[in-house]
Amino acid sequence: MSTVSLTADRRGELWARLARVNDPELDEPVTEMGFVERAEVMQNGSVEVDFRLPTYWCSPNFAFLMLDGIREALDALSWAPAYTIRLHDHMFADEVNCGVAAGKSFSRIFDELSGDQDIDALRETFRMKAFKRRQEAVLLGLRRQGLTDREILGMDLFSLDGHIGGEEAEAQKSRYREALIERWPERKGGEPVFVTWQGETILPDALGAYLAELRAVRINMEFNGALCRGLKTARYKEMNVIDGEPTLVDFILDRVPPRNCAARPAHN
Amino acid sequence: MYKTPDGKEVFVVDGHTHFWDGSPENQRNIHGKQFVECFYAYHTALSPKEQLWAKEKFEKYSADDLYRDLFIEGPDDVAIVQSTYLKDFYKNGFNTIERNAEVAKRYPERFIVNGSFDPRDGEKALEYIHFMKETYDIKGVKMYTAEWNGASRGWKLTDPQAYKCFELCEKLGIRNIHVHKGPTIIPLSKDAFDVHDVDNAATDFQNLNWIIEHCGLPRLDDFCWIAVQETNVYGGLAVALPFIHSRPRYFAEVIAELLFWLGPDKLLFGSDYAIWKPRWLIEKFWAFDLPEDIARERGVDLTAEVKEKILGLNAARLYDIDVAARKVALAASPFGVAAE
Repeated sequence: MSTVSLTADRRGELWARLARVNDPELDEPVTEMGFVERAEVMQNGSVEVDFRLPTYWCSPNFAFLMLDGIREALDALSWAPAYTIRLHDHMFADEVNCGVAAGKSFSRIFDELSGDQDIDALRETFRMKAFKRRQEAVLLGLRRQGLTDREILGMDLFSLDGHIGGEEAEAQKSRYREALIERWPERKGGEPVFVTWQGETILPDALGAYLAELRAVRINMEFNGALCRGLKTARYKEMNVIDGEPTLVDFILDRVPPRNCAARPAHN
Repeated sequence: MYKTPDGKEVFVVDGHTHFWDGSPENQRNIHGKQFVECFYAYHTALSPKEQLWAKEKFEKYSADDLYRDLFIEGPDDVAIVQSTYLKDFYKNGFNTIERNAEVAKRYPERFIVNGSFDPRDGEKALEYIHFMKETYDIKGVKMYTAEWNGASRGWKLTDPQAYKCFELCEKLGIRNIHVHKGPTIIPLSKDAFDVHDVDNAATDFQNLNWIIEHCGLPRLDDFCWIAVQETNVYGGLAVALPFIHSRPRYFAEVIAELLFWLGPDKLLFGSDYAIWKPRWLIEKFWAFDLPEDIARERGVDLTAEVKEKILGLNAARLYDIDVAARKVALAASPFGVAAE
């Protein structure tokens, strides 16, 4: 295989891995949110990732969770490269970057910065929210397809897998399935597929109230998601072309080209 | 006064406005620069494009800009101008009570100037509350629980020092406590915008009104749960309302939740000027109908009567504004003529 195609393959693998890292608060891939500003495979195989968040003030604990996710993604690359991850333009960028450069674990940097926060508890909270948001999308999708509440709640893993929806429904289904299996790795095909986070069955009579609870979770997450996207776009002055023309925003704002990250020694 | 397309006159109290100085000359450090830039990002992210300002103007606008945007081109009758100090970020503060009182002086019948204090200042905070009452006769304060102060990165409404301050507010008749509980920024180990401290404070201070700005978003469910149990908790719509332009269906879901849990008497309009201007917000709000499925799901309705309460009558009640009398007074003021 030529060097060029090897690098192209590796780049593909790198982005595919990064696309599986979610913003925990939003349950959306960091690549789709535009947080990964640059991810490159160098000629010697090493990897460099530049990461930026929508604001200077974004919660550092969330930033840590995402960088930790990126680290796991890079550790899983097939050619086991040396890598550098750099967080830019964040109030704790220096602390995080120095910590990473010194080979400290994220939990050590995290401890020094924010004492009493239990990061595992935070992770668990976000997992629960993602589960609920994904579940709501599938439940509402099935209702829209005309299934009755009784039919929906009677589904097991087999019947959900066998149920064919549109492209969007399929994508939502697979994301929910992933969350369900992460929560209950031993789930059998014949077991109910729609249960609460605590594993309780949902009765048809109670579905309305249960959906209201899920909706509240989604409203909060959507608020963050919409703000993050908006702020990210505004902060980095991304060109928003409508009908082939830049919008007024681009004229009012000076467009700033993405900053190049100075080369830094990679480490494992 | 907002005149609806069918000629109805609606009294408007803008519950959340600012007169800030975020200019580079006033910035103390990088945090000051980033703070106003974050505000500017909100402005550009959620405004209709024809409403956008250049950054220099946004950083520091004039008193005339404010009068025009709120009262002449804008439909506000009365504006509550909130104080936010941020002295760790800005040399002269971001918008102090002195600065707000100065801009309000020219049209006293149109402004309510709210103060602010930091309970972490201890005795000094108590002295300062006395000072603000005596000097400016304040009726309300704005609390910013995530504000930095030396090594501290935030405080809670339930801190013992804060309780001493609220006791004094109650004694002096400073009844309206606006609390910023909004998007997750800054907090370190604790989420300084977590809403649970509102629950205890509102229970322990029944004679104070707790207006939760931004409705705790993105902790809307927590906020609703607390507000439904506490009769003295209100929701300020600043930041939630601009979504009416970019994501109207999302706004519908938020307002439906609020109407379901809090009801129409507990919600207050606020433009968050100069992040957003009141005219376009109010025009869109007046023209807005809840999508039928959302209205049915929650069993709520956003009628003209409900909108009038949100736009002004609820705040008028909290601030003892006699709406009929104030309308007469404003109609006779020189400003009213300029607005014709």
